[in-house]
Amino acid sequence: MTPISLEDFQTTGGRRARSAVARWLFLLASAATVAVSALIVWTIASEAWTFGSQVARDQLQTIGWFPRRGLFDLSTLLVNSAQISLIAMFVAVPSGLGAAIYLSEYAHPKVRRVMKPTLELLASVPSVVLGVFAISFITPAVLSQFFDDINFFNKLAAGIGVGLLVIPLIASISEDALRAVPASLREASAGLGARKVSTTLRVVIPAAISGLMAAIIVGFSRAIGETMVVTIASGGGDTSLFDLSLKESGGTITSAMAALGLGTDQVAGNDLAFQSLYFLGALLFLITLVLNIFGNAIVRRMQERY
Amino acid sequence: MAIVSNPARLAEQHAASLSRKPGSDIPGQVFKGVLITVTGLAIAFLAVIVGVMVVDGWSVLSERLGDFLSRGFSQRSAADAGVWQGIVGTLQIAIATTVFAVPIGVATAIYLVEYADNNRFSRFVELNVRNLAGVPSIVYGLLGLAVFVKSLSGFTQGKTIFAGGMTLAAMVLPIVVITSVEALKAVPQGVREAAYGVGATKWEVVARQVLPASFSTILTGTVLSLARALGEAAPLILVGAATGFISFGDANFLETFTGPFTALPVLIFNFARQPGEDWAANAAAASVVILVLVLMINGTAIYLRNRFEKKW
Repeated sequence: MTPISLEDFQTTGGRRARSAVARWLFLLASAATVAVSALIVWTIASEAWTFGSQVARDQLQTIGWFPRRGLFDLSTLLVNSAQISLIAMFVAVPSGLGAAIYLSEYAHPKVRRVMKPTLELLASVPSVVLGVFAISFITPAVLSQFFDDINFFNKLAAGIGVGLLVIPLIASISEDALRAVPASLREASAGLGARKVSTTLRVVIPAAISGLMAAIIVGFSRAIGETMVVTIASGGGDTSLFDLSLKESGGTITSAMAALGLGTDQVAGNDLAFQSLYFLGALLFLITLVLNIFGNAIVRRMQERY
Repeated sequence: MAIVSNPARLAEQHAASLSRKPGSDIPGQVFKGVLITVTGLAIAFLAVIVGVMVVDGWSVLSERLGDFLSRGFSQRSAADAGVWQGIVGTLQIAIATTVFAVPIGVATAIYLVEYADNNRFSRFVELNVRNLAGVPSIVYGLLGLAVFVKSLSGFTQGKTIFAGGMTLAAMVLPIVVITSVEALKAVPQGVREAAYGVGATKWEVVARQVLPASFSTILTGTVLSLARALGEAAPLILVGAATGFISFGDANFLETFTGPFTALPVLIFNFARQPGEDWAANAAAASVVILVLVLMINGTAIYLRNRFEKKW
């Protein structure tokens, strides 16, 4: 009988080599995700730079957004984007937060098991469908009851449509924040004789407030970046005059990009029209990036606290 | 005279004064009522959206559903328009997206969870993925237009399914990474330690223990993110999805990957832009088709996730 030697316990070179190769492949894949962001920043920045260096200052402050005539009034698009996103938040924040509080604090586990997936299904409704919903239902069946003179394409309907889209996002992030609050806080509060409503409003919500803020910030960033609902329901992507009225149509950063993109083959007229597509992309990228970094930082700080 | 107090008796006597009378907690009841209403409304919207689309599209769905599903797009008349090319395009894009996004996404997640030490590179990758997840979809369209359509035109042949699929793959990549990271982190450390204990190499631990254990969660997360990609129109419009009729000629299935393409959401957008009742009905009917498709995929994935959720 041969005695067992040290070599019998050592692995073969093949197994070790395979493991090393696998490690490099995984590393390569994660480098690819970095490459995606590097490519985004590089392509957008270089074309946006072309636009920024060639456009005259007074072209950026005009009566409205008419890219093919060389009128690139950014304030028109920025104001419309802000108006529509704010309307969306008016719809989504009460409803999203309310649903989150109900699901996390009040709902029976059985009810929660049914309602939470249903909310996730709402999140999966394609944005084009919400756009069609806005022009075929929100404007003609709801808004025209209140406003006689409302335009077929209007910012109000677009904002409501975007809001519906953002509800599940806000609900899901805030529910996570509320559930991260330790049960001991609720028990202590109940032990002192507080009613459920007082426990929820004075203990749980203040403890989760930073997470709820993050949900609102991320929701706002999503609303600003939403394209199809706005393009279909608000119109004005091709050309729009500066107008503060919510009952009128108005192009946003995103819908102007979609309109320019539809005509990438035949952008005639002003030479800068095509580059303005990238300039708007850079603007949108920066706005949402700042909001997301801010929101993510809050979420991470909250995770560390509990 | 009883000197010894009877706590049970005392408690019984004062229970009534300590407990809250029914109907006294009005603010609490109102608050709960408001919450239920708001949650109910959010969920009711799903039913309202589906209902409105079915009602508006009923003239198309009831009279010519077969034609509508099997015909190509027609610019001439709304009554001839169909969504067949959109359905084919959407399915092809789904295949291309899966092929590009899933291997890279899952591999990145494996690197982050199993291999990376807490060094600067891995922290950067993680931060980067989180921020990529928040980039609006239309910005990915710009990336697709500049890189996949123009710079890589030798590989993608320009405005093709490949370019569209790669664009959507870049878009869903961060979501695939994030859901896979969570799935891998949920596998208990004991599983890995046991495998190391019997002499497995790192690769064997990952490939034979950790991945099989988290497979179902990764799968459902991936399917959910793909369903999101199927509903996207904005990036495809920038990448140059055709909004009109496409002639496939006699190209076979594989050849159509490198020809002009369209997708269901892009067709809906095009229907919605045309004036007139007939086109509105087409848009609504096509919305029903995509809702059925997306809700079916999502519903199955969510059901499977809740069914097979592993309790360690």
